[in-house]
Amino acid sequence: MSPEYYLILAAMLFCIGAVGVLVRRNSIVVFMCVELMLNAGNLTLVTFARTTGTIDGQVMAFFVMAVAAAEVVIGLAIIMAIYRSRRSASVDDANLLKA
Amino acid sequence: MDTITYAPASGLLAWTWALIALPALGAAILLLAGRRADKWGHWLGVGTIGAAFALAVGLFASLSGLDNKSAHLDLFTLIAIGDLQIDASLLFDPLSAVFCLLITGVGLLIHIYAVGYMAEDAGRRKFFAYFNLFAAAMLVLVLGGNYFMTFVGWEAVGLASYLLIAFWQLKPAAATAGKKAFLTNRVADVGFLLAMFTMLGALGTVDFAGVFNGAESLSTSTSLALGLLLLAAACGKSGQWPFQTWLPDAMEGPTPVSALIHAATMVTAGVYLIARSHIIFSLNPNVQTAVVAVGALTLLFGAIVGCAKDDIKRVLAWSTVSQIGYMFLAVGLGGGAFALGILHLLAHGFFKAGLFLGSGSVMHAMNDQTDIRRFGGLWRVMPWTYATFLAGWVAIIGLFPFSGYFTKDPIIAAAFAREGWQGWVTGGAALLGAALTAFYMTRLFVLTFHGPKRWTEDVHPHESPAIMTGPLVLLGLGSLGAGALMVSPVTEWLTPVFGEHAEPHGHLSHMQVTVITTAVVVLGAALAWFLFRGGTDEVPRAAAWPVRAARADLGGEAVNRGVFERPGRLAANASVAIDARGVDGVVNGLSAAVGGTSRRLLALQTGFVRSYALSILSGAVIVVAALMVVVIQ
Repeated sequence: MSPEYYLILAAMLFCIGAVGVLVRRNSIVVFMCVELMLNAGNLTLVTFARTTGTIDGQVMAFFVMAVAAAEVVIGLAIIMAIYRSRRSASVDDANLLKA
Repeated sequence: MDTITYAPASGLLAWTWALIALPALGAAILLLAGRRADKWGHWLGVGTIGAAFALAVGLFASLSGLDNKSAHLDLFTLIAIGDLQIDASLLFDPLSAVFCLLITGVGLLIHIYAVGYMAEDAGRRKFFAYFNLFAAAMLVLVLGGNYFMTFVGWEAVGLASYLLIAFWQLKPAAATAGKKAFLTNRVADVGFLLAMFTMLGALGTVDFAGVFNGAESLSTSTSLALGLLLLAAACGKSGQWPFQTWLPDAMEGPTPVSALIHAATMVTAGVYLIARSHIIFSLNPNVQTAVVAVGALTLLFGAIVGCAKDDIKRVLAWSTVSQIGYMFLAVGLGGGAFALGILHLLAHGFFKAGLFLGSGSVMHAMNDQTDIRRFGGLWRVMPWTYATFLAGWVAIIGLFPFSGYFTKDPIIAAAFAREGWQGWVTGGAALLGAALTAFYMTRLFVLTFHGPKRWTEDVHPHESPAIMTGPLVLLGLGSLGAGALMVSPVTEWLTPVFGEHAEPHGHLSHMQVTVITTAVVVLGAALAWFLFRGGTDEVPRAAAWPVRAARADLGGEAVNRGVFERPGRLAANASVAIDARGVDGVVNGLSAAVGGTSRRLLALQTGFVRSYALSILSGAVIVVAALMVVVIQ
């Protein structure tokens, strides 16, 4: 099967994720969109590993997964903490870090 | 010329270092022990200088038993770089011996006097610590076996002089005078340093023996430079023209300091330096002429200004400037006159120390007033001070048979013996100086002790305690007798250093000079007596231009102000302006630019996460697009 389908799928997933991050306000949704983008990247890595017949891309994908797992833990903890203090999960409400 | 060698020290002479160590130890103990030493500190100071005097007498006796009349002592190596080696070496020869006796002997008397003079002062222990420090430094200066050691002592006496002039440092005038003395000396010390560099460059050594033996091989220009540089250094330390202005201001210090440092010992260091380097100075007639010119000019300068001053200590200070001018004149004339210069230095040490201590005694009686216009009639209340001051007065003006007669007249005769028109000029200057000396000293003496009482109402004069009059009496006796006793033994004693010289024959015979000098001295003294026996005005009267000029120190301060202070201020103001506008401008401009830019960039920080995400995304898109363009091409 041609790798192009996989690459096109990955690109579509990435775009959906990116648009989601940019347009959605709910931080949980934004977070899920970030995961979507990460997994689009993973899909690309695995696809190229398959086409070139090497395992470099697969190893990289594992690293991405491990980092993503850690990031989920920290990200959710931050979201929880912000929700507790501000009673809101909207990313636009957490805007204190500005000039 | 014979090669100069110095024999190594043996026996008691190997203890020469202890001469320096004793007062240095005293100073160290007094400074380190702090307040605990307040009760007995001054006696320790007197004790160490007394022990040093006893040792100096012993060393003197041992030296007179030696054939070669010199003792050289290498203590340790100070500097060793490549071929250059400078040792901490000491040289005890007839010249340093007489200086050691003067410093420790007169120093001992002044130390004893100071016990009484400083009795009321809270800082007496510190005073004696500095006094001992000065004695140690001065002994290093005269005992040093090479120019470097002399320079170490030279700088150390400058430090001690600064500390003691500014001893009452809470008084602004004293603090300023201390700084002025220190800075003026520093300027002149550059001459000493450059002279040492010249020696190292031309001869590769600063040892006395090495320099003197190699001196003949120097080119004329090198010996000229060396002589003039040493002369500049000597002028600074000895308050000679053009560096004379610091010495009268140094009178802000306690009176014993003025007596010991600024009359008897430290200010004669310049004469010592020239006498010690007599081989260098004898090489080049131009250098000798320069020394003679400085001496003749300064002796007149000091005497003229001395006539116009109303402060008892300042008159004596200008008198010191003038008398050291005589010594410079003598050592500049060279030949047999070197010994005359040293002789006058010794006699001056006695009578000027006595006069200064006498003035201290008068100030003690008059509530620390120094204005001679407010004295008068003191001879009745202060008989001892009066008698000793009288001795100093007859000694300094040079009446027969007191010491000035035996030491100053030969210098005047030697000045007349200089060849050609220079003999008439220098001799005439020396003669005029003698007349002026008689005038201002008589004026000082008469206004202080005779005539009507012009005291302010709150003073009740009284004689000083025995601890102060005792040294005064000894110094007074020295002033009376020293000249007659010393004149031939000292000249003979110094022969190994300066060599044998026949008495010069010049324009006038010695007898004629003596008669003329005595005549002008009596004339000057009589004129002053006639003018001032009835007292003087308590405020200065408007006077003709010579008096006004003399009151203004003959423009010495104006020259300093115009040549050094004003350009110095301009330079300082200019660098302040450059710093404020230029350097600060660049620094401040840079920081303003960075600050402004960052304030503008701050607008991008909106606080909205999604806008950040958008900028990251667009950045990533741009990077990827750029990569694709590059890769595809």
